[in-house]
Order: sequence, then C-alpha cells, then structure tokens
Amino acid sequence: MISLHEVSKSYSSNDGIFQAIDSVSLTVREGSIHGIIGPSGAGKSTLLRMMNVLELPDQGSVIVGGQDLTRLPEHRLREARRSIGMVFQQFHLLHNRTVSGNVSVPLELAGMNKEQREERVKECLQFVGLLDKARQYPARLSGGQKQRVAIARALAHRPAVILCDEPTSSLDSVTTAEILDVLRHINETLGVTIVIVTHEMEVVKEICHEVSVVEQGRLTDGFALEVRAQREGSRAKPSYREQLLGGVGMPDV
Amino acid sequence: MFDFSLMLEKFMEFRLQIAEAVGETFLMVGISVLAAVLVGLPLGTLLYLTAKGQLRENATWSLILNGFVNIVRSFPFLLLVVFMIPLTRLLVGTAIGTVAASVPLGVVSIAIYARQVEQSLLEVPRGVVEAAQSMGASRLEIVYKFLFVEARSGLVLGLTTSTISFISYSTVMGVVGGGGVGDFAIRYGYQRFETELMAAVIVLMIVLVQLIQFAGSMISRWLDKR
Ligand SMILES: Nc1ncnc2c1ncn2[C@@H]1O[C@H](COP(=O)(O)OP(=O)(O)O)[C@@H](O)[C@H]1O
Ligand SMILES: [Mg+2]
Repeated sequence: MISLHEVSKSYSSNDGIFQAIDSVSLTVREGSIHGIIGPSGAGKSTLLRMMNVLELPDQGSVIVGGQDLTRLPEHRLREARRSIGMVFQQFHLLHNRTVSGNVSVPLELAGMNKEQREERVKECLQFVGLLDKARQYPARLSGGQKQRVAIARALAHRPAVILCDEPTSSLDSVTTAEILDVLRHINETLGVTIVIVTHEMEVVKEICHEVSVVEQGRLTDGFALEVRAQREGSRAKPSYREQLLGGVGMPDV
Repeated sequence: MFDFSLMLEKFMEFRLQIAEAVGETFLMVGISVLAAVLVGLPLGTLLYLTAKGQLRENATWSLILNGFVNIVRSFPFLLLVVFMIPLTRLLVGTAIGTVAASVPLGVVSIAIYARQVEQSLLEVPRGVVEAAQSMGASRLEIVYKFLFVEARSGLVLGLTTSTISFISYSTVMGVVGGGGVGDFAIRYGYQRFETELMAAVIVLMIVLVQLIQFAGSMISRWLDKR
C-alpha cells in the first residue's frame, strides 16, 4: 500500500546539518494497522509526514497506491492527498466551523454537491458516534470527542489510508481505548490501512498488526505482532478500579 | 462655566452644516474602509504568505510589501497628503475636495489594515495549515477556507480598530478641502471661538467612535466560536 524506499531528510541549522531521517525503507501492508514507535525526537512524525509528502524527502521515493508521490506535479499530489486521511495529536479542527462543517471540509475541497455532502457527513459522524453533536462547535467538545471529529473528517473522502500522528497522546487512558476502538473498527469494517505513530507501547500492543521501530532517524527493527483475539466477555468499559488493579473481582479494602 | 444648553442650541443652529460635515466624513472613511477591505486584506494576506517559513515564502516580495507598509505608516500624515498630490490629481483629476482627500486616506488605510490582517493570520495555529495541506487544499483554498475562517474575528476587530484610526486621520483633511467633522470643528468651533459648538462636534465624534467600536466588538465576538 505504502512503501518508502531509502528516504532521507536532513535539516540544516546553525550548528551544522541534522539528519532527521537516515535512509529508511519501510512497507505498510494493505489493510493493516502499522505502528511506528520510538522515543521523542526519533523522527517518527517526519517519517509519517513523508507518506503524504507534507515533508518532501531529500532522497528516496514514496510509493502510495502505485504512484511515486515525490514525482507528482503539485495538482496531482493534492489529488493523491485526498485519498490519504490524516489525524493529529492536537486535532487541528476548525474552531469556527461546527462539527459537521469540519467533516464537510474535505468534501467541499473535492467539489461534492451539498446534498451528497450532507449525507456523507452524517454517515461519518454516525460511524464515530457523534451524530448528536453535529451542530456544536469543537470548543464545546471533550478531547476524545474532538479526536473523533478529526477521524470522521479524515474518513469523509473515503481514503485508502489514514495516517495518525500520536492520536491518543493527549488523551486519558479510557478515551485512548475508545479512540483505538474507533480506529480498529475503521480498519476492520472499511478495510482502511492505518499507520499510527506513537511513543506509547500500549497503543501498539492494543491495535497494531505490524510495528516499525525508529530510533535516531533510523529504522532499527520491524516485526509482526500476533493478532489478538477480541477481549473476552463484554466490550463494556473497564472501570478505573479494574484498570488500576488489573482485573475484576478484587476484594474491597 | 461651560454651558450645556448653549451647546445644544449651537448644535441645532448648525445642524445642516454638521450633517454635511458628517456626510463628508462618512464618504472619506467609507472609501477608506472599502480600500482597506479590497486592497488591504489581500495585501496583508500576501504579507503573511511571503514571510519566512510560510506557504509562499519569497524574500523579495516580503521586502517590497513590508517596505511599502512601513514607509506609508511612518510618514507624517500631512506630508503624505502633500506628497501624494500629483498621484491624486492623476487618479481623480483634482487634488482638492472630499473625494481627492480620500486618495491619501485610502493609501494609509490599506497599509494600516494590511498589518492588522497579517497579525490576525499569524494567530492561526500552524497545525490548521498542515491539516489543510493534508486534505489536498490549494494555497488559495488554504487562505479562504481555513485561514480566513479561523482568523475572522481578528479580521473584524482589526477592521474596527483601523476604521477608528481612519476617522482620526480624516479630521485633518481640511488642508486639501476634504471637509468632514474635524474640519468643521476647527473652522467653526475653534477659529471662530465657538467653544460650545466645538464641544458639541467632539461629543458627536466620541459617540460615533463608541458606536463603531461597540458594533465591531459585537460582531467579532459573535463570529468567534473558539
Ligand atoms: N522543520 C524542522 N526543522 C529542523 N528540525 C526539525 C524539523 N522538523 C523536525 N526536526 C527535527 O527532527 C527530529 C525528528 O523530529 P520528529 O519527526 O518530530 O520526531 P518525533 O515525532 O519522533 O518526536 C527532531 O530532532 C526535530 O527537532
Ligand atoms: Mg512527533
């Protein structure tokens, strides 16, 4: 689905040249959830941003859906980006547009007419469970709700891939689990390939099929994780007690 | 002792002249606001876009635009008016009168508002631009579907502040026969020692400025959903 071939990126600053990404090759399998993990400053975001060429690599190629994005003229690149959704740690919603207005933006950019847009926005909000908030402004939503709006927005134009940069890093653990559920659901029901950058081990353990480890701008490891069976029993939210004490049935103190 | 009833009396006595002066002020300030929106807004947007690290980074254009804005804004206004007389003649055929006075006023307005626009756009978080790019938005789309949307309350507030400056600038346009409220206050009130009349006109201007500020703040707050 996505392959990076020998991509490199350096930044020049006052104290010389800094190699942010050093000759990384990486393949994301179609239909998978692919994690990119590593410490802060390792180059994870830079690597992710290369996948839709928000960051143009100095060298190497970025193949998405069969075409090399680094060689496309600008208008073709913009077109290609429309089928690559992106989700950010800080959500980056438009605060002066309503929830449905935000989800509508990619469709407006694609020139879709109003009726079709409204229908699609509804579908996407339904999918993330926020239909009842359609007319609210983002300022009134919780962090988890904002991120679900951002996911609905990324989903709107029926992307083949969604790139997520630390999508749960500013959320608490319960909300993190909810967001990961939504992402897993998107992957399972819609077959959307998901790339997820994180510094949290739990996130990778929870939903990734494959993981690449990035350290100091290099790819240092990559392996598959066994597909975990759905958590047994109900999918009800575990309580804080269960999460802290690691299970149900602990005696009261 | 200052006589308030005399002030009202003078106000009524001169109401026709005052109305005319207010009309002239509205014309000059109206043209300035129009110039600010039609030219200052795009200019301020270019000021933002061509700056270092921005979407259309261009050192030459950035230098030229900043140069224009800074020079116009630092010019003593009356000197600018005089300095621009040839251009004014070229544009409107005369350098005297209310419309002619609007030319230098318009140029200052463009520079003042362009800077306000730039400041408002700089307040939009970078991530918004990045999200826009990731959705495949063109530069033009990024400007009007993202930047203007998120900066709109600042743009309105900036226009309000600018408009009040334009009113202040317009008060000296008597030197080129521009007329207006300020000119009226000087000619009738100050030069003829009609202190009460002058005070009446000043009160009128204060009310006018308050109203504009109030309306601008209201609209800006209403537009701001952040
Ligand atoms: N535009 C830039 N200019 C200079 N240095 C940058 C820029 N973007 C990223 N870097 C540097 O590249 C390194 C990797 O950054 P990033 O990809 O954001 O790391 P991560 O997401 O893994 O925390 C960091 O050391 C960062 O300071
Ligand atoms: Mg990062």
